[in-house]
Amino acid sequence: MSAYSIFQLGDCAMTLSLGNAFNPTDNLKIQAMKQWIEANTFQGLLDIVTAYSSLTIVYDLYSVRTAGNIQNGAEFVKSHLQSAFENSEKADATERNLKMIPVCYEAPFNLDSEFICSQKNISIEKLNALHCAKTYQVYMIGFLPGFPYMGEVDQLIASPRKDKPRTRIEAGSVGIAGIQTGVYPIDSPGGWQIIGKTPVVLFDEEKEIPAFLEAGDTVKFYQISKLAFEAYKTENQ
Amino acid sequence: MSLRVLKAGIFDTIQDNGRTGFSKWGVNPGGAMDRYALRISNALLGNSLEEAAIELHFPASQFLIESDLLISICGADFSAEINAQPLPLWKPLWARAGSVITFSNKKQGNRAYLSVLGGFDLKPWLGSLSTNTKIEAGGMEGRILKKDDILETNAFNLKPILPQHDQVFVFPWYASHHFVYQDPEQIFFIEGNEWDWLSDESKFHFEHKVFEIDPSSDRMAFHLNGEPLFYKTRTELLSSAVSFGTIQGLPSGKLMTLMADHQTTGGYPKIGHVISAHLPKLAQLNARQPFKFKKIKFEEAEKMLFSLEQDIRTIAGACKVNLRNFYNQ
Repeated sequence: MSAYSIFQLGDCAMTLSLGNAFNPTDNLKIQAMKQWIEANTFQGLLDIVTAYSSLTIVYDLYSVRTAGNIQNGAEFVKSHLQSAFENSEKADATERNLKMIPVCYEAPFNLDSEFICSQKNISIEKLNALHCAKTYQVYMIGFLPGFPYMGEVDQLIASPRKDKPRTRIEAGSVGIAGIQTGVYPIDSPGGWQIIGKTPVVLFDEEKEIPAFLEAGDTVKFYQISKLAFEAYKTENQ
Repeated sequence: MSLRVLKAGIFDTIQDNGRTGFSKWGVNPGGAMDRYALRISNALLGNSLEEAAIELHFPASQFLIESDLLISICGADFSAEINAQPLPLWKPLWARAGSVITFSNKKQGNRAYLSVLGGFDLKPWLGSLSTNTKIEAGGMEGRILKKDDILETNAFNLKPILPQHDQVFVFPWYASHHFVYQDPEQIFFIEGNEWDWLSDESKFHFEHKVFEIDPSSDRMAFHLNGEPLFYKTRTELLSSAVSFGTIQGLPSGKLMTLMADHQTTGGYPKIGHVISAHLPKLAQLNARQPFKFKKIKFEEAEKMLFSLEQDIRTIAGACKVNLRNFYNQ
């Protein structure tokens, strides 16, 4: 990993991209860069947006220039991104911050399981077992508050998004899109293939840390019955 | 000190300069659509520039001022009236308890900002009062204002010494703003990272043909109607950060400009970015009002933004000096 490109995202943000071909190692590098920038902030830094293989610094041009007596705000931010790339250690790929998420894979929650199984010629039991078998890496949070993009699912259950997105998917729904898996934190329109539902609340604005997951976490799903699903909901109300 | 909503508007929310720093949780910045009008309406009162105001859309709410209050309204012209008399925009005014503010007619622009001295006494969520209606957080219980809402204002000790006046005293100065909104038919942009994906002909169309905002547009995105665009290359992009003003090219050939409530990430090609200095103008453009995009250099966009930021601070300084003459020293 040595090549990267840097481009302006408008006049108040700048992105460093490791390329458009995704691999999990790139994502670990992005997490490491984010940590480096958090430890080396500057006046005018507003936000750090991490994605699969890119990191974006959002900045306040006026603060950057006036606070640091800097003539060229963009050049300053660019050199900061370069430093982050050069000085950040490669993050280790061990199971960092493992979170266990219970999922009920039964009807009526598994809206698209039959479809996936008929396409892949596997049983529903196999689909669920494969989904639970792997430990996933949270690559990024985006689309909705608290929505985790995770991967990679077993090729046997990887399925493209639905041609026609649903107008409403319920909070907690667990889905597959390509080699990714994710959970809808709030009711939302969406096109992922839904295979189950978790009683875990993925985004709770009342909490000090409202999102259950952050990029860099690892996740393992485990299967629960509908009874256990309801019990979990009641207990955690 | 408080304002009461006598009649609810169509989509009036509390907004400040946005909630930055929480993209790690997928929380989008939100905030006022027109950051110039928001900050100037605060400057006129001597507030902090980023203080929250009520963002009004037309038809807008009606308000009752329940105790004497210094207010200002900036941005769109909805024919504001106070006690059935015209209420001048871009000026501070002192209104006595019992005054009623109404908006009768959409004359120009789309979003007006009503600020009060001291700001509103509401609980910030993640450091901001901006209302996020999608996750129902921030502002007034995370929702649009409704009838009988009472908006308490933060306490302030200063009370201006005013000449004899009736219900309303209008201060004899106003904040300049024409320079921000002039030439609404021309919106400046800088190239996005995927600009070169456009065919040469589509690049030409982008810069020379007329576009208009589709009426289905909202605080999240402006959908643009115009010449469909074609691409030389088009590959699937990994999702990455987007920002306020990012112009995305949709698979249909149409364009979408992301506005204040945009998501934190997106996967459509970034054709361009509306420059920050022109976002207030864009936010006030009417649906179906024709405009053209004009490409400028990044350095020029940066210069315009910096100069606008300086202007805002100059205005804020002048407002403070002017207000001081009305306070008991």
